[in-house]
Formats: sequence, structure tokens, C-alpha cells
Amino acid sequence: MNILDYTAVELSAAIKKGEVTVVEATEAVLAQIEQKEAELNCYVTLDKEGALAQANDIQKKIDAGELTGPLAGVPVAIKDNMCTEGMLTTCSSKILGNFIPTYTSEAVINLQKAGAVILGKTNMDEFAMGSTTETSAFGATKNPWNTEHVPGGSSGGSAAAVAADECFYALGSDTGGSIRQPASYCGVVGMKPTYGTVSRYGLIAYGSSLDQIGPLAKDVTDCATILETIASHDFKDSTSVERDTDFTKALVDDVKGMKIGIPRSYFGDGLDADVKEKILAAAKVLEEKGAIVEEFDLDLVEYAIPTYYTIADAEASSNLERFDGVKYGFRAEDCDELHQMYKRSRSQGFGPEVKRRIMLGSFVLSSGYYDAYYLKALKVKALIKKSFDEAFAKYDMILGPCAPTTAPKLGASLSDPMKMYLGDIYTISVNLAGLPGISVPCGVDKNGLPIGLQLIGDCFNEKKLIQAAYSYEQARGKFSLSAKEGK
Amino acid sequence: MANVITDETIDYVGILAKLELSAEEKEQAKKDLVEMLDYIDQLGELDTTGVEPMSHVFPVHNVFREDVVTNGDDRDSILKNAPEEKDGMFLVPNTF
Amino acid sequence: MAKQYETVIGLEVHVELATKTKIFCGCSTAFGGEPNSHTCPVCTGMPGSLPVLNKQVLEYAIAVGLATNCDITRNGKFDRKNYFYPDNPQNYQISQLYLPICRNGYVEIETEEGGKKKIGIHEIHMEEDAGKLIHDEWEDATLVDYNRSGVPLIEIVSEPDMRSADEVIAYLDKLRLLIQYLGASDCKLQEGSMRADVNLSVREVGASEFGTRTEMKNLNSFKAIARAIEGEKARQIDLLESGEKVIQETRRWDDTKETSYAMRSKEDAQDYRYFPDPDLVPIVVSEEMIEKIREKQPEFRSEKMARYKEEFDIPDYDIDIITNTKRMADLFEETVALGAQPKKVSNWLMGETMRLLKEQSMDPEDIRFSPAHLAALIAMVDKKEINSSVAKTVFEKMFSEDIDPVKYVDEKGLKTVNDEGALRKTIEEVVANNPQAVEDYHNGKEKAIGALVGQTMKAMKGKADPAMVNQILKEIL
Repeated sequence: MNILDYTAVELSAAIKKGEVTVVEATEAVLAQIEQKEAELNCYVTLDKEGALAQANDIQKKIDAGELTGPLAGVPVAIKDNMCTEGMLTTCSSKILGNFIPTYTSEAVINLQKAGAVILGKTNMDEFAMGSTTETSAFGATKNPWNTEHVPGGSSGGSAAAVAADECFYALGSDTGGSIRQPASYCGVVGMKPTYGTVSRYGLIAYGSSLDQIGPLAKDVTDCATILETIASHDFKDSTSVERDTDFTKALVDDVKGMKIGIPRSYFGDGLDADVKEKILAAAKVLEEKGAIVEEFDLDLVEYAIPTYYTIADAEASSNLERFDGVKYGFRAEDCDELHQMYKRSRSQGFGPEVKRRIMLGSFVLSSGYYDAYYLKALKVKALIKKSFDEAFAKYDMILGPCAPTTAPKLGASLSDPMKMYLGDIYTISVNLAGLPGISVPCGVDKNGLPIGLQLIGDCFNEKKLIQAAYSYEQARGKFSLSAKEGK
Repeated sequence: MANVITDETIDYVGILAKLELSAEEKEQAKKDLVEMLDYIDQLGELDTTGVEPMSHVFPVHNVFREDVVTNGDDRDSILKNAPEEKDGMFLVPNTF
Repeated sequence: MAKQYETVIGLEVHVELATKTKIFCGCSTAFGGEPNSHTCPVCTGMPGSLPVLNKQVLEYAIAVGLATNCDITRNGKFDRKNYFYPDNPQNYQISQLYLPICRNGYVEIETEEGGKKKIGIHEIHMEEDAGKLIHDEWEDATLVDYNRSGVPLIEIVSEPDMRSADEVIAYLDKLRLLIQYLGASDCKLQEGSMRADVNLSVREVGASEFGTRTEMKNLNSFKAIARAIEGEKARQIDLLESGEKVIQETRRWDDTKETSYAMRSKEDAQDYRYFPDPDLVPIVVSEEMIEKIREKQPEFRSEKMARYKEEFDIPDYDIDIITNTKRMADLFEETVALGAQPKKVSNWLMGETMRLLKEQSMDPEDIRFSPAHLAALIAMVDKKEINSSVAKTVFEKMFSEDIDPVKYVDEKGLKTVNDEGALRKTIEEVVANNPQAVEDYHNGKEKAIGALVGQTMKAMKGKADPAMVNQILKEIL
């Protein structure tokens, strides 16, 4: 069997059985990167030597029985907005182009404890602001299914790397759909957990009240296993919560009696016909397996986007103030006056999309506009949350698409930011309400591009989602780019 | 509601956000801001009378640390990424 | 007739809390230390770092609120105050705007006329201190030290209830005492652990509206505050008299030039875009928490003064001085508890201690000697083991180095010689060597005996009991 065909959990099992070594697995994935990277650009930073050194070390610990976890020895890629000690962490921005953290984000520490081999850092939309990975200061990432298309974003590098076997799994972050949407575009499984499940310590903030780290994986089993590994109650993150994290217990093929609601408004005019067909077909599969599937009206769907952009941009405008050329990162040259240094460093260091959001965010918080915009958005957020509460009083989960279309062509979205924002319609309300959501591949469109089925659960109900997604996956059968290419 | 964003608004927000925009960028920023604000204005259609603004989704409160020193001298790593430093301090253009 | 003006003053007082660690991270708050040696990713605004509230900060803030008769906010939160400056590493300060921890309090001050006046407290909020900026002449640049960044502060915002510099100082002194008694801060103006910004406006006597106010910063002594108030009052009256307007602005007081100047720049929009900090969760203060803190409240000054009057036979004047700082009062009580006579303890504190503090420009907070050592010193004098001039010398040593007085006297051989035979012998020698003085004494010059006592003490290297010397001398003569 080709090493690259293993899922993460399968690989770790094979390593423990002595069928593969950690170094072999690492070398295999590095060779794949070597072959694909020029075309795809999944990584901002690749640490070949470090990965091999880790591989050797981890193999010894596995042999000694010190590392026994289900992910021990498996190479992973980390989105470049999670701090990694001694390894460049750029957020795909010029302003952090030379930033080498002296600490590691909690989620990555949890992976390291579990014996992960860190390969490097994946490309993303600058500061996670974008839906295509084209706003990266280091060039766009291409969709491995069709390199004329975007991989989605902002965790596009992570999703593409998993799809292209440039890693066995990856971490992404999701503020408004940044894990689920690229997972959908790249035909992999992606999950945004309930807010507070994974520590945000070391995650470079975009919208602090919305950001969550989560897995991008080859299948639901990997996804549940990764989430179980990275979830922790962290005292360094005040918003981290104490909760159950035994997600792999939910890997059960059974949806009998599960109540699944399909919001009517999710299937309106904006939705691509192929996407609609495949999503409804997936719903049918679950129904045939014994789930109770019903249409219902979910309120306020159309208000999620303006609410989201007001809150996310306001928080971002403040979160990104620390990038000022004083303590780290890029400083514009030849500035003899403080404010000139601030302005030039930030204007030269940030890309257009980031500046656009900082401007909007600063404006909605400014004197005279706070109540009308920011406070209003926080109130609408409360209403949106209430509307989900009502839905979850009736249903175990909500089913819908991840995105209105499959991956657009490179360059098609950037010219019209508003259109790009509208593409987030199915994912962002989940972040506003702090809910968990998972994206599972459910087919391809007429152009052969993957489509993602999204399942949304109530807070702390990841296990229901995992169980339903796992059950669906069992019925669906294998789905991957390499399977499609017949390798 | 049509929002009017003037050159002054853009200059003012530029001062708040410490961004220096070129003439072309300013024009674009004006256009973008108006478009977004007009879009956001649809929130005004919703009656939010009596609704508590929701900052945090969960009722988590009182997360504290005990008053115990846990950090040692981390000065070298703190200064590691400094664009300019002197005598163990960050150096910036004169503020005095 | 010239117009009569009234000055209206409100204060924003920042107090650094006496916690061991910073407000949002586990870095030490110790004063001094190499630049940036008490820092971590959180208090230097590193990307991805997150704040977690120090519980002690909240408890101190509530304690100060209770001591100043405030309502304690049951559902509080932190907000971000956004502004760019290099001493502020995140370029936002975590503070409280919308729901400060304490509101609607007051303290009572004594006015010059001997009456009492309530000064309202609008609110008390918790926030983080900024780092320090140091001017580098050589580079013509600014150097940034984040050791102070994240040190916990409370800001006590008064109502505009004060009308003179005297009232301002009485109010500040009252706050200082309350907070020192609580142990919530050492409140040293010079070291910046207590800082006051003065909001001042003037209006014609009898006017019902307030005038336009200015805010003055950089006031680091009571004297500077008094001078700044007089200076700003005069400046505003001059403006009004010449038909100009006072501009609402922040001004920096230069105490050496005794003048203030505006701090505004065009890059400083004073629009702080406050919003709730999403990284920190709400604070819910329970009745139980408040009661616990209330139970721990110490005896405050007025209560202490009343009790001293009752318990100790010392003058009111002494009570006033001793209770004026918590440090002195503690020292007094602890020494008395060790068996020393209250009046004698008071004498040491009022006399030598105050003298040395003044001489060395020190604060009572800086006193190093322990109550046990002071009690031991007093006991030695009581037992006539040392005389009072030796005691003073020993005390000076104790004051500077906190030596053990018993050991010190022993090692240096300072004990009074109580051997009457030896003393008599020395005195006989002195008398024999000073015939002039002896003659003067016999001629009625009573004072001449002083010279003979002096000579004797000198010969005894100070280790004699002067009363005994006097007695023996008179016998011999």
C-alpha cells in the first residue's frame, strides 16, 4: 500500500505495528510535497530537516512505548496563524514576514504531546481574511482538484495540502467558515468545534469572539481523533471551556431516529444547481439510514453576513493594532517620526483586504457610530443565537451546503469583495452562535469539483455531528482526489 | 439609507487605524465603506428593542488566575523579534 | 468690580495595586529590575497571547470600593481602549468603560474651616498600566521598557466636588490612607504608584453651569498638584478675562517651569473606540464574595485613633502622626504588643524615626527596622543597660541596617558601666585634672559641673549613666 493512501489513524496504527516507520512516512510526504508544491503552493514554510529530526525522535518514543496515542508519528501541517516556537509564523502577511515566535500555540503543543511530526506552516488568506487564499502575501494556493480554481479560504493551504497528500492532516482556523468552506472546495473533512473547545492561546487573532481552531482531515475518523487530541481546557485562554472531549466515541454508524432539519432558505436562488442536488441526495442517504429529515424555516439567515462583518472587522481592527513595527515584524525604513513609522509600516505591511477590514472595523467602533453599528450587530447576534436555539429545540442538527458553489476560478472573487462576502452565507452564522459545524465531501459537480455537506449542531454537540457524518461516510464510500485519480 | 463617506472620514479613520492610503486607495476605500455600510444598514430593519447585546455566546464568567509569579526573566526571547533594540529595550523614533 | 471666580476640580487618581503579579499574566510587578526582565508574550502584546485576570486585582478593587462607600457592580466586564503609543504594546489598553467595578461612592474630608465635606466618587475601574519610555539622547530615539506594562491599576474618578488645592490634597491624603490601610497599594506619589490627573474649570461665583475643563497630567507630588491647580486656575481666568475661551484639552504640567502646555497633536484623535474585550469573560460578583472582602477590611484610621485614645496613654498629637500611615501604626502596635511602654514607643517613632525619615527623604513605608528590635532597644534603656545617647546611636544603626540592638551593644561593648568603684575612680581623676572647673563650681558656678560630667563621659567612652555620674561628682565635690 502506498504510504500516502493511509489516513492519519491508519498510518499511526501501521507505524505501531512496525509496517512503516515515522521517517518513511515523513520522507514519503516530503517527496509528495517536492513533487506538488511548485504547482499548488500549499506551504509558506516547510521544515524538512526539522520534520525528519522529529520523526527520528518520535519513532524512538513509540518504540519505547512512551507514545501510544492514535496520532503518534503522523506528519501534520499547521496553518500559518498558529505560533510555533522557532518556526516562522507569518499569517501570510508581509507585516509578520520575519516573525519567529518564542512560544507555541496550545493546540500545536497538544499535537506535539501526541507525537505529531510538524512539517511546516500552510498558506492562508492574509490574517485569515478572505475565502480563497488569494489574499496571501506569498501567492495564492491552487486547488489540487483543478489548479485553475481556488482551494477556498482562509485555511486554503491546509485543505489543499490534505487533499494533495502533502500531509496526512492539518490544522486550520475558522472565524466565518475558514475550515469548512476550503474543506468543501478541496474534498476533505473539516470541522469547526464549539467556541471554547480548542484553546486560542497562540492563535493570532482575527475575530477573537469567533475564531476556533479545528481539523482538516481525510475522513471523519481522523477528524474526530484530531479534535479529541487538540481540545483542552486551557487556563491561558479565558474563553476556553471545560467539557467532554471523547469525540471518537461517536464514530458509530447509526442515525436512526436522529432529527435533521433542512432550512428552506438555504436552498434559494443563490445556490448552484449541482450543489443543491448533491446536498439533497446526501440528506436522502441519511434519511434512508433511519434519520428523520424535515424542512423548516430558520430565521434571520440573511442578517448573518452584515452582523458578522461588523463584529469580525471591529475586533480585527483592534486585534491588528499590535502590528506596528515596534516589537516584531515589519518596520518601514527611514522613518524619523513615530506616527509616520506606524502608518508606513502598517500601510506597506498589510494587503488591501486587511486594510479594507481594518478601515470598516475602525469606523464602526468610532465615536458616533458605535451604537448604530457595533452594538446593533451584537443585538442581532443575540437574535441569531436565539433562532438557532429554537431550531435545536426541534432538531439534533441542521443540514445544508457549505458554500453556494464549488471552488471559483482563481481571480474571479477578488475584484468584488462584496460578492466574496456573500459566499459565506452558510458558514458564518455558525461562528456568530458559537456552534460546531462539520463539512464532509458528498460528491462533485459537473466540472469534477468537490461539494461539501455541512452539518451544524447545537453547542457542545460535536458527537452528534461526528456520528451522522461518520454514518454518511460509511454509506458514501471512499472519496479522495487520489481515489479519483485511481492511484 | 445611503451613507456618505467623505474624504475627511477616510482621513479620520486613517488616523485612528494608522493607515496611510494613496489617493487611489482613498477613493477605493470610500467606495468600499459606503457599499459595506449600506449593506450593514439592513440590520436596521430588525427590531432589537430590549435585546441585550451579546458579546459572549456562553455564560462563562469569573475566569481568574491566582496571584502567583509564574514567569521568569524572558527578556532575550521578548527582544528576539525587535526591529531595533538598544540596551535591552525596543528602540522607536523619538517621542519626546 | 472685578468678577469673582470659583474653581471646580475633579480628580482621576491612578493607584498601582500591591499584587505580586501583573493584572493579566504571571510576571512579577517588582519595581526596578533590568529593562524588559519582567515581561512575557502577554504583557508585550505578542501575537496570539491572551489575558487572564488576576483575582487579587478584583479583590483589591472591591476592597477600595467598599472603603469608599461605592456600589459594587455585580455584572462587570473589561473593555479595550484603542490608541497607538509605544508604551502600550497591544495599542489598546484593557480597561473598564461600560461597567466599572465600583460606582457612586464618596469619602469625607476635613475642610480648613474644620468642617466635613463629602467628595463624591463617580467610579473606580480596573485597568493595566503602560510601559516606560526612556529618551535616548545619543540616538535621538525612544527606548521602551515593558516591565511596568500590565501592572494592575485602579483609576478612581471623583465627581467635580473640590473647590481648592487644599481640598484636593485632603482628598488625596484620605484616599492614600484608606488604600494603605487596606494594603492595596503603597501609594507613593514620587515612585508613581499613586498618580493624579486634575480636571479643572473655573466659573463665576454663583453660576450654575460648569465652565470648560482641562485635564492636567504629570503631577507627582502634593506640592506640584497645588502649584498646578493655582497655575491652571490663573491661566483659565486670564483667558476668560481677556474674552477668550478655554479649550477642552489635555495639558502636561511642567513643575520646574510652573506652567502647563497642551498635549494635542493631529495624530491624536482622542477617539478610543472602546468595545468589550472578547478575550476576557464577564465578572460576576456575588454577595458572598463582597461579604468575604468586607470581613477582611482592616480597622481604618478614625477607628484606630479612637481606640488609641482609649487604650494608650499618649498625646493626641502623637496619635495623629502615628496613625497617619499604616506602616507607623503597625510598627507602634507591634512594638507595644512586645511589652514596650506605649509612650516610649511613641517617643522613638515621633522623635528619632521622623527625624531620620526626614533627613533621608524617606517614606514611612520604607522603614526597615523590626518592632522586635525597637522593643529590645527600649528594654535596654529601661534596664539602664545603655544610656539614652548610646541608645540614639544604636537606633541610627538599626534604622539603616536593622541590626539586632542587643547583639550590637554587646559586640561594640556599649553597655553602661554600673561598677561604682571604677566610675568613682575615673571621676576622681577627672576632678584632679580639672582644678579650674572645680574652683568655678565652688565659686557658685553650678554650670561648671556640666564640663566635669562631659569629661567623665568622654573618659568612659559614653558608657556611663549620666545621673550616676552627677550624683558621685556632687558627693566628691
